[in-house]
Amino acid sequence: MTLSKHSKTMLVIVAEAALEKNLVRDVRQRGAQGWTVSEVHGAGREGVREGAWEADRTIELKVICDAGVADAIAEHVLSAYAPNYSVAMYFSMVSVLRPERF
Amino acid sequence: MLDVVVWFFLLGVLARVVGSDLRLPEALYETLSIYLLLAIGLKGGIELSRQPIALLAPQVLACIALGLAIPFALFPLLRALKFVAADAASLAAHYGSVSVVTFAVASAALARQGIEHESHAALWVAVMEAPGLVAGIWLARRAAARLPGAASSRWGTLAHDVLLGKSVLLLMGGLVIGAIAGETGTAPIKAVFVDPFKGVLALFLLELGLVAGARLSEVRRFGYAVLLLGLGAPPLLALAGIAVGLALGLSTGGVALLATLAASASYIAAPTAMRIAVPEANAALSITAALGITFPFNIVLGIPLYIWLAQRLAA
Repeated sequence: MTLSKHSKTMLVIVAEAALEKNLVRDVRQRGAQGWTVSEVHGAGREGVREGAWEADRTIELKVICDAGVADAIAEHVLSAYAPNYSVAMYFSMVSVLRPERF
Repeated sequence: MLDVVVWFFLLGVLARVVGSDLRLPEALYETLSIYLLLAIGLKGGIELSRQPIALLAPQVLACIALGLAIPFALFPLLRALKFVAADAASLAAHYGSVSVVTFAVASAALARQGIEHESHAALWVAVMEAPGLVAGIWLARRAAARLPGAASSRWGTLAHDVLLGKSVLLLMGGLVIGAIAGETGTAPIKAVFVDPFKGVLALFLLELGLVAGARLSEVRRFGYAVLLLGLGAPPLLALAGIAVGLALGLSTGGVALLATLAASASYIAAPTAMRIAVPEANAALSITAALGITFPFNIVLGIPLYIWLAQRLAA
């Protein structure tokens, strides 16, 4: 038996932890059914973020959804947060087994 | 002679400056801060259970007024120092709010020197956390309203985040639990929340030293204005705190504590709140002033100075 695989888009948003609540709300509003958040640390153009205390934390939010939904989320993040916050986003194609879950 | 906990802070700064690999796990930092907030609240709450609440109303109102007034007083000065409006408002909010750890170090210094102070002072900390943030956000909004396309106000969410944020919730929670349970009720948990307090404070200060040490290199980036603010604002604000403390008829220690609270800048509640409320403000600037300059100044030089002033003026 071969597994039947379906194509979806995974959008990864790396952003300041202060944005987590807003991002999760925005992602849900735009039709994503699930998301995963993890705490990360690293550096970007704005400098090093070590996550040593509250305001210095960084999160990585992963959403697997339809390409259109991912685009809508990314567009919103670009216009609402990118001007004033450190945000990085990237897309990739992933294969899932149960497409109705995404 | 410096209080023993301050040496831990300096050790943390040193570790950072010499590039040591010392790091405290984030979970520990989080645990220690929850512990400190709860323990400070509980201690104040136990004292609250011994006195009529109505008598405290003037103190609570005065603390709120002081917290609200500080950003309004600082904002024009910061604008004069050439900070842009958003940064000035955010900085003003950091100074309007308070630092719980600075308060804890001041209480420890008073206890060590045997100076009487109101033991319910934790209540002042709890009520002084939010007003400065609200005033700072209001200042930022007023400045932004003149620009086209300014962000619309969402006071509801902000109020929720500020009033039910970790620090206010834990401090208030501790105060209420302490007040309800009283001395006898809290006796079973005394071994955890009262006795080891100073050791935990020392450990937390070690961590803060590491964080503050990392900000030192940033001071140069922001120039003299931030140095002037970080070192100049605390003594001035302390004088305002002393004036309010004297007007309330507080004890010598109480006056010193209120001066410390007025002089302190928030680096836990304020940065998170301002990041969401005033996104265009430079977060690194505020944290450098509050944690990199003002916090070390207060715990090393400021607190002894405020105690000395309170002793001269309150006597």
